[in-house]
Formats: sequence, structure tokens, C-alpha cells
Amino acid sequence: MDATHESLAAHPEHGEHHGPGPNTVFGFWLYLMTDCILFATLFAAFAVARHQFADGPSGHDIFDLKYVGVETLLLLVSSCTYGLAMLDAYRNRTSGLVLWMGITFLLGLGFIGMEVNEFSHLVAEGHGPDQSAFLSAFFTLVGTHGLHVTCGLIWMVVLMSQILIKKNGISGPYMNRLMCLSLFWHFLDIVWICVFTFVYLMGVQ
Amino acid sequence: MLGKLTWADIPFDNPIEMGAVLFMGGVVAVVLGLVTWYRQWPYLWREWLTSVDHKKIGVMYILLALVMLLRGFSDAIMMRAQQAIAHDGAPGYLPPHHYDQIFTAHGVIMIFFMAMPFMIGLMNIAVPLQIGARDVAFPFLNSVSFWLTAVSVGLVNISLAIGEFAQTGWLAYPPLSELQYSPGVGVDYYIWSLQISGIGTLLTGINFFVTILKMRAPGMNYMKMPVFVWTALCTNVLIMAAFPILTVTLGLLTLDRYLGMHFFTNDAGGNQMMYVNLIWAWGHPEVYILILPAFGVFSEVVATFSKKHLFGYAAMVYATISITVLSFVVWLHHFFTMGSGANVNAFFGITTMIIAIPTGVKVFNWLFTIFRGRVEFHTPILWTIGFMVTFTIGGMTGVLLAVPGADYVLHNSLFLIAHFHNVIIGGVLFGYVAGFNYWFPKAFGFKLNETIGKWSFWFWLSGFYVAFMPLYVLGFMGMTRRMNHYDNPAWTPWLEVAAVGACMILVGIVLQVTQIVVSIRQREALRDWTGDPWGGRTLEWSTSSPPPFYNFAVTPHVHALDEFCDAKERGRIAKHTGAYEDIHMPRNTPAGLFIAVFAAIMGFALIWHIWWMAAFGFLAMVTTFIVRSCNDDIDYYVPASEVARIEGEHERAVALSLANARVAAAVRA
Repeated sequence: MDATHESLAAHPEHGEHHGPGPNTVFGFWLYLMTDCILFATLFAAFAVARHQFADGPSGHDIFDLKYVGVETLLLLVSSCTYGLAMLDAYRNRTSGLVLWMGITFLLGLGFIGMEVNEFSHLVAEGHGPDQSAFLSAFFTLVGTHGLHVTCGLIWMVVLMSQILIKKNGISGPYMNRLMCLSLFWHFLDIVWICVFTFVYLMGVQ
Repeated sequence: MLGKLTWADIPFDNPIEMGAVLFMGGVVAVVLGLVTWYRQWPYLWREWLTSVDHKKIGVMYILLALVMLLRGFSDAIMMRAQQAIAHDGAPGYLPPHHYDQIFTAHGVIMIFFMAMPFMIGLMNIAVPLQIGARDVAFPFLNSVSFWLTAVSVGLVNISLAIGEFAQTGWLAYPPLSELQYSPGVGVDYYIWSLQISGIGTLLTGINFFVTILKMRAPGMNYMKMPVFVWTALCTNVLIMAAFPILTVTLGLLTLDRYLGMHFFTNDAGGNQMMYVNLIWAWGHPEVYILILPAFGVFSEVVATFSKKHLFGYAAMVYATISITVLSFVVWLHHFFTMGSGANVNAFFGITTMIIAIPTGVKVFNWLFTIFRGRVEFHTPILWTIGFMVTFTIGGMTGVLLAVPGADYVLHNSLFLIAHFHNVIIGGVLFGYVAGFNYWFPKAFGFKLNETIGKWSFWFWLSGFYVAFMPLYVLGFMGMTRRMNHYDNPAWTPWLEVAAVGACMILVGIVLQVTQIVVSIRQREALRDWTGDPWGGRTLEWSTSSPPPFYNFAVTPHVHALDEFCDAKERGRIAKHTGAYEDIHMPRNTPAGLFIAVFAAIMGFALIWHIWWMAAFGFLAMVTTFIVRSCNDDIDYYVPASEVARIEGEHERAVALSLANARVAAAVRA
């Protein structure tokens, strides 16, 4: 409002009512539940379309389980490294946090790289999302997960830069954001396990 | 450079559309001109556009809703006029491609851009005050939500001037809405305006759910929450559970149209009934998202003006929760004719009828609240009683439609149109207008003129019956919905009566606008200094009108259901004598407005395939959000001395007005 009002920066112990606080993590958790419904709807659409090959390939023809297995491994390990990053965050050790977060980022980037590679090969072979309802549903479900992971990666970069630039340790609001990103990252892992099971494992039968 | 956009996309050859465009453009120009002339831009920017105050955001939501009510109603009266004259070979005055846009726009506008903003606006104004909070849980997100809705309204209205709107009906069923049959930009306007406003609504749902769960005043346990808060809570649960489905459904249609995918196409394995199932898995809960808060308003109004506590508070709460749960298991009744078999149809028919039970419980609760009450017939209670009669009729025709056999006869007929207008006008709209009249003095500090308000009610009520009862008859006579012209002379008289009804509703709406204008002019006479003009029962009436920006100088402690009424009756209201404490408040920010404007630029560019502009809008949106997240100075403390000053000023103003009133009374005597 105006300069007579004291800035909150002077009140480190602030706040049961607004902004950063337990409400943020709770609100973000609720957002994840709505995201869960978003993925559930995509899974339902995939279930309806999974046998609609329209003379195109089936999952058996195009999935390489070993390749996807490595992808899965990258993402699962990245969840562990994020956990280690959080442990350092709790101890207010910025260097350890940044190190583990960096490793998490690289693993996530590797996952996305592999996914993009898989997609571009399929499109190059003529099995793009416009070939059949099955492929539409496949690209959309897996691609939506991939977009989420990409958002997570961008978020990681932004958060790391903010913590490094501000240089005053990991304060309240940033701890909350790390916590939200942690929830987000593990959530994407769980979604991927469902994708791996229902799309890939059940798709190659 | 500009994608598909050319000069030919502006409908210079259509006098009706150009007239509407010129009229709307003129109104916008006059408003902007007046703001500039009176040098009000700094005020507007500081106090409204960048505000994160839930009360101001609520007011802006309702203003948006009222403007869109006028737009949606213009569509309605044009349709009534067309059907009254386009018979026996006469083409009427609206060619089919224009008429189809009008009925699509009417449905989309009334549901998404009239009812939803109205409902969210009432929630914004009332919920934090009713639970004794200083704001919502995430004030910045609240501003983002509002502006996303506002720019979507902008997109819909731009479609009038540039290009076209969808010609598909309000839910845009494929395959008609696929690129093959709707190659124009109409469906794209539909998709992007709903996507952008839908994100805003989802954020509102999360925001208010956290607000109600985490920010209630000390002592207010769940069974001490006002009923409006309960219904708002359930509505927000429904928003969180249903809106992601809408996002995905529209997203899949987008992929079909933009990337040639095959979710709902006729070929390559697409399945159009998947769209119909998905859109109604959102669409049916949406109906309850709209009606539950209206039920909440009626519960508040009926108790306040009957001077009694609400009959069966617990039953009302449980009925609300039952409706919330049941709303997810009835969606198939919108398309019994899909042919999913007798057993499936029977299941959904029965679940639909079961919903009538908790709704019936509510109607009886309201009736028993009035019973032996000392009812004061202010404007809000008139709307409530009008609702009870009208909604019950609409409910009964709904149960009739829930019988799959009957539905096969009545599906897509005017009987259906009459039914859902009967519950949406008689339930949702009456409820919101009741809430508008009820909380207006809280938001602005003066009451609305009651004489004009009551006249408006009577025109709306009688106009509704004259306009829609004939449609039930026409449904039985076999007339289907969305007809541009027809050749059955037996229908004409009924449609002419319906057109007269629409004109009566028009008078009601004109009176509503008059009511607002006259009340603003008479505001000194209608001023309420007490903060409690109706003898209210809940916490929002315990603070001044309009409330200070921090709502409550001292956080209230709740001991009873209807806390304020209980406090008044037991004499627990004491003047605050101790010192005030510093109050923690969020700072205003223009980030929400910027994010929404960039979202609109992105949406417009995607509609017209202007890819560079879409990329710009998207990146600008993300950048704004990141920049905002780098700002740690987002809140502040109002010093206790400042609180004391504001409270003191208010007390002096009240005392002065009371003294003036005494002098005036003495002079009259």
C-alpha cells in the first residue's frame, strides 16, 4: 500500500494467514489431486482407444521394452536423488542441495531426451499420432506426462537459480517451494509407473 | 504473418453483427473515455485492476456476470423472435449459420460467463467474511483466476467482430465440431475461451477449498459453518473433481483439430461417444457446481428474513454432501438414446431419481423455516419463494425425464429446453439475484432500492412462466430444439406466447439495471451505517459495510452456529476496548492481469494459427509468473495504529450519522 507499512522481510516469524505457509503445500497437494484426475481421464481415453489400430501398428509392433525400461530407471532414480536433495535442504546445506538437484535434473533430462527420441523415431517411420486412435491416445498420454516432467525441469532450474542468487540460505518460502516440487516430482513417478504398466507392459502382449 | 486472419473475416456484410459490434465497441469506448476524462486510471489501477482483495475481485466478477447477462439475453430474445416469425415458408431474419452461432453463444455465455462468474463473485464476497477470515488462502491466485475469466469473456466477444463463433451447440459435440465439418475458427474460439477460463475456475476451486478448510475463525468447527460456506465447500470439491475432465476433453478435441489426431473422428478408430461421455462427466457435476451455492444463498436468506434459525441445519448439510457425491453417477441420463442397453439406462435413471430425495429434503427445510416465522418480505425473500415454486416444477419434469422410456420420446425436444431453463433460471439465477440483493449492502454500504427490485422480480417470475411453459407443450407436440424455421402451423401460437414471455423478462432485466442506477443515485438515503441492515445471523454482518480491507479489526471467536445472531441475543457484543494488533495482509500486484492478458494473446493467436504470436504469449505468460515468483516482498503488516485510526474514523462516522438522524427526526417532529 504505502511506505509507512513495514515490509514483511523484517518479520521472519510471520504468518499464520497468508502466502508462504502450510497452506501452500496443502494447496499444491490439492492441485496434484486435480492433476491426478486429468491423468485418469487420459488413461480412460487410452483404454477406449487402445485396440483401435485402424490398420496401423499395435503396441507389440512399436514398443521396445528394454528402451522403456532404461527410461523408467532414469526417472525412478531421479526420485531418489530428489529425496537426497531434500535431506540436504532440511539441514540447510545449499551446496549438497544444488549437487543432488543437479543430478536429478540430468536424470530427468535424460528421460525426456529418450522420450523425444522414441517419439521422433515413431513419427519418422510414419507412425505419428494422426495414424490411428491408438497412436493418438498413446502420444497424448505419454506426451502429457513428458510435458509435466519438462515443466518440473524448468521449475528446478528456476528454483536453483533463485536459491543461489539470493544467497541467504533456504528460507521459509523456498523450503515450501522445494517441498511442492518434491511432491510434483514423486507424483510424476507414480503416474509413470501406471503409464509403464498399462501402456507399455500391457501393450506388448 | 497473421495466419488465417484476413479482412474477409470481419463480417461487414452482416448488419446485425456489425450493429452489435459497433454498439459494444461504442460502450467500451465511452467507458474508457469517461475513465480518462475524469482521470480515474490511477485509481482504477491501484484499487481494482491490481487488487487482490477478495471483496473487490468479487465485485468485478459480478459486474462481468451482469454485462454477460445482457449479452446472453440478447441472444435469447433474438432466438425467440426468429422462431415466432420463421414459419410456413418464411425464413425469418436470421440465416441458419448466424442462428446456429447465436444459440451456441447463448448457452456458452449463460453457463460459463454469466452463471459461473456470478457464483464465484458471490463466493468471493461472502465466504471469507462468513468464516471470519481476512482474505482467501491465495489472494494472488484469486486475481489470476478472475483475470483469466475476464479475458476469456473478451475472446468470446471478439469472435463477434473477428471471424465467427461455434455453430455446434453449447457442448460442441463431434463429429460436427471436428475440422471436417467445422473448418472455420468458431470452434477454436469456443475451445480456447473455455480452456483459459476453465484454468481460472480450477484455481478458484483449490483456493476456496483451502480457504474454507484452513482459515476459519477459531471455534468455527464444521457444523458451525454457515450453510452458504458448506455449499461453497461442496461446489469447490466438484470444481476440483470435474474441471480437469473438461480440460482434457477440450484438449483432445484440440488435438483432433490441430494435429489431425483421431479421438473423436469418424475414421481411424475415433469414437465420438467418448466425447459425449467425457463432456457430461464434467457437465453434470457442473450443474451442481452452479446450483449448490444458490441453495446456500436461499438457506441464508430464508433464515434471516424468517427471523428463525434454519430448520434442519444438519439435514441441509448432509443433503448437500449427498448431492455432491451423487452428481458424479448420473451423467449418462443426458444421452439415454446412446443405446447403452436397458440395464445401464435403468441404473442411471434410478440414480437420477435418487438425487431428487436430498433436494426434496432441502425444499422441506426451507418451508419449515418459513413456517411460523415472522417473514419480512424484502426483495431477496421474494426471489426465494419464487424459486421454491418454480424449482419444484422443474424438478418434477426432471424426474420425468429421468425415466429412460420417456426420455426416448422427449430427448432433444423443447420439453428438455423448458426443463433445464426451469431449474437454471428458477434455481440458479433466482438464487444469485437473491444473493446479489442480500449482500449488496455488505459490499457497498447501501441497500438496493426495494420497490424497483420487487417489480423486477415480478416481471422475471411471470415472464419466466409465459416464456417457458409453452415450451413444455411444444415438446409434447414434437418440436425439437435449435430449429431455425419450421412448417407446422400448430406450433406458431405457442412460440408467439413464448416471445411475449421473453419480452416480459426483458422488462425485468431493464428494471434490474434501473434498480442499480437509481440505488446509486439514492445511496445517501439507502445508506446502512450499522453493517447489519437485515438483522443478519452470520459473521459477515458483524463488521462494517463495506468492510475495511482487512475485514475484521479483531479476529472473531465463534461459539455457536449463527454466531452473530447468538452474540446479539445473549448480549455478547462488546465494544472493542483493548489495543489492536498488527494485521498481516497481501500486497496488490498487476501480475495476475498481465498473465491473463498474455494468455488471451496466446489464445487469440492459436485460434488464428498465428504461431509466432502464440509462442510470444506463452513465453510472456511463463516469464511473468517466474518474475513474480522472484518477488519476496509480497505481503506486509498493517500497523496496529493504522487499524485503530481506520476503526476510529468509522466509529465517528457512525456516531455522526446517528446524531444527524436524531436531529432530522426532531426537526420533523
